[in-house]
Amino acid sequence: MVLFALLRLLPGDPANALLGVGATPEQIAAARAQLGSDQPLGTQFINYLNSLARFDLGTSFVSHAPVLDEIGNRMAVTLPLTLLGFVLALVIAIPLGVIAAVKSQTWYGWLISVVSQLGIAIPVFWLGILLVTVFAINLRLLPSGGFPLRGWQNPLEAITGLLLPVLTVALVIGASLLRYVRAATLDVIDSDYIRTARALGSGFTEALIKHGIRNGSVPIISVLGIELASTFLGAVVVERVFTLPGMGSMLLLAIQQRDYPNLQGVLIVSTLLVLLIGFAADMLQRLIDPRLRDRVQAPT
Amino acid sequence: MSTFPSRSVAVRLGRALLTAALLTSVSAGAAMAQSYDKDATIRIGSLYEPQNLDNTAGAGQGINEAFNGNVYEALFQLTDAGSVEPVLAADYTISEDGLTYTITLRDGVSFHSGEPLTAADVKYSIERVTAETSKSSRKKSLSTITGIETPDDKTVVITLSSRSISLPYNLSYVWIVNDAATDITGTEDGTGPYTLEEWRRGSALALTRFDGYWGDAPTNGQVLFQYFTDATALNNALLTNAVDIITSVQSPDSLAQFADNPAFKVTEGASTTKELLAYNDRVAPFDNVKVRKALARAVDKAKLLNSIWGDYGTLIGSFVPPTDPWYVDLTGVDAYDVESAKALLAEAGYPDGFEFTLDTPDYDPHPIVAQFLQGEYAKIGVKMNINIITANEWYTKIYQAHDFQATLQEHVNHRDIVFYGNPDFYWGYNNPDVVKLIADSEAAASVDEQTAKLKEANEIIAEDAASNWLYLYPQIVVSAANVTGYPVNGLNAQFFAYDIEKAN
Repeated sequence: MVLFALLRLLPGDPANALLGVGATPEQIAAARAQLGSDQPLGTQFINYLNSLARFDLGTSFVSHAPVLDEIGNRMAVTLPLTLLGFVLALVIAIPLGVIAAVKSQTWYGWLISVVSQLGIAIPVFWLGILLVTVFAINLRLLPSGGFPLRGWQNPLEAITGLLLPVLTVALVIGASLLRYVRAATLDVIDSDYIRTARALGSGFTEALIKHGIRNGSVPIISVLGIELASTFLGAVVVERVFTLPGMGSMLLLAIQQRDYPNLQGVLIVSTLLVLLIGFAADMLQRLIDPRLRDRVQAPT
Repeated sequence: MSTFPSRSVAVRLGRALLTAALLTSVSAGAAMAQSYDKDATIRIGSLYEPQNLDNTAGAGQGINEAFNGNVYEALFQLTDAGSVEPVLAADYTISEDGLTYTITLRDGVSFHSGEPLTAADVKYSIERVTAETSKSSRKKSLSTITGIETPDDKTVVITLSSRSISLPYNLSYVWIVNDAATDITGTEDGTGPYTLEEWRRGSALALTRFDGYWGDAPTNGQVLFQYFTDATALNNALLTNAVDIITSVQSPDSLAQFADNPAFKVTEGASTTKELLAYNDRVAPFDNVKVRKALARAVDKAKLLNSIWGDYGTLIGSFVPPTDPWYVDLTGVDAYDVESAKALLAEAGYPDGFEFTLDTPDYDPHPIVAQFLQGEYAKIGVKMNINIITANEWYTKIYQAHDFQATLQEHVNHRDIVFYGNPDFYWGYNNPDVVKLIADSEAAASVDEQTAKLKEANEIIAEDAASNWLYLYPQIVVSAANVTGYPVNGLNAQFFAYDIEKAN
């Protein structure tokens, strides 16, 4: 409802965007009738809810293709990009974050912190352009952008096309994750239960693995949920830098063209995904920390 | 005796030369035959992805680029040189009064679906463009058509309400589509040398050679249009050999990296895209010819063009680009002259200048042009305020509501001087002589007469300084050095791919 109303408040008319300069008023009226954008907003909204209930997101004003098909095609790019980028970010962030915390007094612990700070400060698009310049233009190792015509039917080409974008996402997300992992690990190291475990005879590493991981991961997971959602939404920028036909470029195009069905489709699917991620993160935290499970039944 | 040896030397030399010449010609012939890969895939990088695949459903200029002449053909074709040639029309006759066109269709033409081309398909195709729901920008120019008859499968008779000398030209925009095809927004059924193989939205569109094509087979096997939203990404793709050609370079700064590199070729063709400052000729002070002339003379256009495009681009003295048949060099009219600009302003009653607002679209090159103009006008005491607007605002505020004093805009079309014959057009230029000349030119009995009338109109429009025509954009195609045979002018945004050769 909110989405629907906000989108209609945008200035500009889909019929104009569609026809461009040179259109006659009759053509515009005909286009509006065809698009249904001449109907009262209430009617448009009821029609919309009706089709939504049937999982029908409508057809694009501009391409005349079903919105859901288009989203499916685009997801085949954005989902792998987000997930691979995120997994790689974890692979980078967790070990380095732990090392940075445990060895915070050494020069390399310090170096990791500084580099991660730098990673947070660098804008995504700039990092993307930098990677293109180095790996595509200077070294000629990877393509500078684009996605194969037949997508995943040609897996090797699809993967090489995604390498640089995935790396871009991973470095940026990884840098900020690393800060959280480091902070959480520092908390764990200073905690009473580690001291107690060590007093009971465990080695430092053993204590950390046995008691630290489980305790430290609870705050990390809530951050992960947020970061994963923002990775997904942040794909807009990465997709633009690398010319990838994903959800982000679909969103930008739909805004430019006032293509409401596509725009609503992207926003609804994105909202659902973000909610789903949040829910999954919540569930995971409960699984790890029994105190969170009990809290539901606890009297207020 | 003394002549013998020398003569025999001469003969031998002659033979040797002849043999050498023969050898060269033979080897050249062999080299020509094998110098390109006839099954090559030509990868074309473009910024203009079509919105859909139907040019009557608001598909945008990208569809002309990908499909005109490649997938769809028309009765006539606007060639890259600017002439109009029959394609699917084998022959046509015009009645004495100019109101009836009888067109005979070419034999042996079939659609990609296998069905033969018939007169019914032509009728269907023209009516698709003139239909109520059509969003074709060419709809209005075909409004004189009152009837289409199909006496037999090979003959189409078009009747008009008034003479229309541009009918063949206007028909070059009408794709001939199989009448069995109803919705072509995501598919195609044309007669061109290529069929659509696949379109991945937001990414690429692939065309494959059509084996049943009636004409000469293309000199390549496949054409892949790859779409970019960002000019830098497109340039990178060419630099890294991910595409072979860029159809139209829009960022002057990026040219140096190609111009200085032997692996690439930079070609400048004749564009039809004009950058102009359009006054609202209805409102003061722009309803005064002297003011408009003063503002035209106050701008050093050569300097402006150079600061944006370097050595590329062309200066124009009117709205007509050199590829239009009625081009006249009018750069001398209201040439750069600051002193006479000041004098004209004083004559017009503005000795101390005046102030106005220029609505400037927010995309390149308009904001830079606006700043340049601001500086130039300050020199004659005119204060220009810059108001940045989006393309959508431009459309509603200026194009529809005519609510502006002056604006910048790029006009891309070929043969669009006729806009000055429409007093209701956004810039509100209204000279009855011009309106009549332009209307008469369309009703002309011959192309020569049409050309003469439009030349005359063009000269009046320039003398009236109806708008301030700043420059003609360059049309720049950059390709890898091993690729040849592509169109350089890109008229009407077309990009014929069938003659492109890629060396082995």
